[in-house]
Order: sequence, then structure tokens, then C-alpha cells
Amino acid sequence: MKAFLDMGGYAAYVWPAYAVTLIVLLLNIAWARGALTRAIAAARQRLGTEARDA
Amino acid sequence: MSWTWFHKLASPPYVYKLAARLTPWFAWPAALLILAGLYAGLVLAPPDYQQGEGFRIIYVHAPSAWLSIMVYVVMGVSAAIGLIWRIKVAHAVAASCAPVGASFTVAALVTGSLWGKPMWGTFWEWDPRLTSELILLFLYLGYLGLRAGFDDTQRADRASALLAVVGLVNVPIIHYSVTWWNSLHQAPSVMRVGKPAMPAAMLTPLLMVLLGFTLFFVALLLVRLRAEVLRRERTASWLREALRA
Repeated sequence: MKAFLDMGGYAAYVWPAYAVTLIVLLLNIAWARGALTRAIAAARQRLGTEARDA
Repeated sequence: MSWTWFHKLASPPYVYKLAARLTPWFAWPAALLILAGLYAGLVLAPPDYQQGEGFRIIYVHAPSAWLSIMVYVVMGVSAAIGLIWRIKVAHAVAASCAPVGASFTVAALVTGSLWGKPMWGTFWEWDPRLTSELILLFLYLGYLGLRAGFDDTQRADRASALLAVVGLVNVPIIHYSVTWWNSLHQAPSVMRVGKPAMPAAMLTPLLMVLLGFTLFFVALLLVRLRAEVLRRERTASWLREALRA
């Protein structure tokens, strides 16, 4: 296990590279979901206003 | 042959429902392929005869770099379709691509830099491949900045689409930079004429992660596309229907 974590002396480069990529993957999930949630909320609000105007 | 499928794909309500239904079919295979591929790349693949364990950065660097370019092509082509045929959904696809592409360009640059330090002795060099990839990031950021400058979505679509289409010239430059110029960066080992320059035990995990990232992008695109379609839509009747579902 220690040998694996050490990555043949390249640990300082391999693990940060994996960490950065993982963070980008997870952030993308959060951003995409957030965008959809916000768009749905905005559309609801728009519909609500239109209904009241009518 | 009937063209109805094409017209359906340009119809926002149809696209909205289709995107919602398709998302899990891309998201779950993507998650499985990425996890399995990264495990195989980190644990099962043999160390490289020159770079030792350091070469394992390839399993995050190459898929990020692949997405950074592939997403740009999807964005540029959709933007062109939106401009030429004035299809709202095509502009929505282009707008959905930009933040995803930008983030993977950052990942490609950072992981590449972390790979370059131990192998080339430097985090950064004004090398053709590195410089053209940095220009790609600026194209994405310019596209996003330009969109943010307009209040009117239609004008934002047209102006940003123009930038996206012009920026397509950078794509072949990135790809061929390592062949045209004397670059620090290695030549392609998978996307090349003839057999890939890698044994199967190294190549299989890489192909899994590459496919996984591609499917992941499609899933993200489908979710973001729904948001973009909703933002553009003013027809109350189908909005009401879409929100109920």
C-alpha cells in the first residue's frame, strides 16, 4: 500500500493530477444540476407572474 | 426518407423531454467506465519502461485533453448550425458546451503541467501544443464572457456563435502542433495511423476512461441543454407541461 501511494517517487505529481481531475468532474455535476434547478425555478416564477397578469 | 426526426430535434419541448429521458443512460455507464478505467490505470496497468509510475497521469490527462477539444468541436458545429438555420436548440447546445469545455481545458493544462515537471523539468513551456491549448481556454472564456455581456439571449447566441465558429481553426492547430513543429509534447499514441503505440494492458484502461469521459460529457450536455431550453422558452403551455413532469 505504501509503495502504491508512493507511485515510484512520482506521488507529488500523480495524486494532485488525479485530485484536480476528480474535482473538475464533481464540480461539473454540481454546476449542471445547479443550472437546471435555477432554470426550473425561474420558469416557475415566470409562469406565476404571467398567470397573475392575465 | 422522412425528415420528421430532424424537425423534432429542433423542437424545444421534444428535446427537453428526450434529454430528460436519455440522461441516466449516459450518466451511469460514464460513472462505471471512469471508475473502472481509473482503477485499472492506477493498479493493473504495468509501469512504463521510461517514465515508471509517473506515466499514470495519462489516465486523467489524455481524457481531459480529448474532451477539451471534442467539446469545442461540438460547440463550434452547433453554433454554425444555429447561425445558418436559425435553430434555437442548436444555440442552446453550443451555450451548454462552453462551461464544460472550459473546465476540462483547465484540467488538461493542470494535469499536463504536473506531468511536464518530472518528465521535462518544467511546469510550463511556450511550446506549440501547450500554447494552442491555452488559446483554447481563452476561446472558451471569451465565448462565456461575450455571452455574459448581452441581456438578450438571441443577440448573445448570434455574437458568441460567430466567435465559436472562428475559433474552430484552432482545433487542427492543437491536434497537429506536435507533428508540424518541434514540440516537447509527445506525438499521439492512440489517435494515429496504424496501431496504437501502447501495450493492451496500458491501452485498455485509457480507452475506458476516454469513452467514460465522452459519455459523461453527453450526460452533462443533456442536463445543461434542458436548462438552456427552459431559459429560452416563452411558450407558457408547454413550459407548464414540462415543469409538471
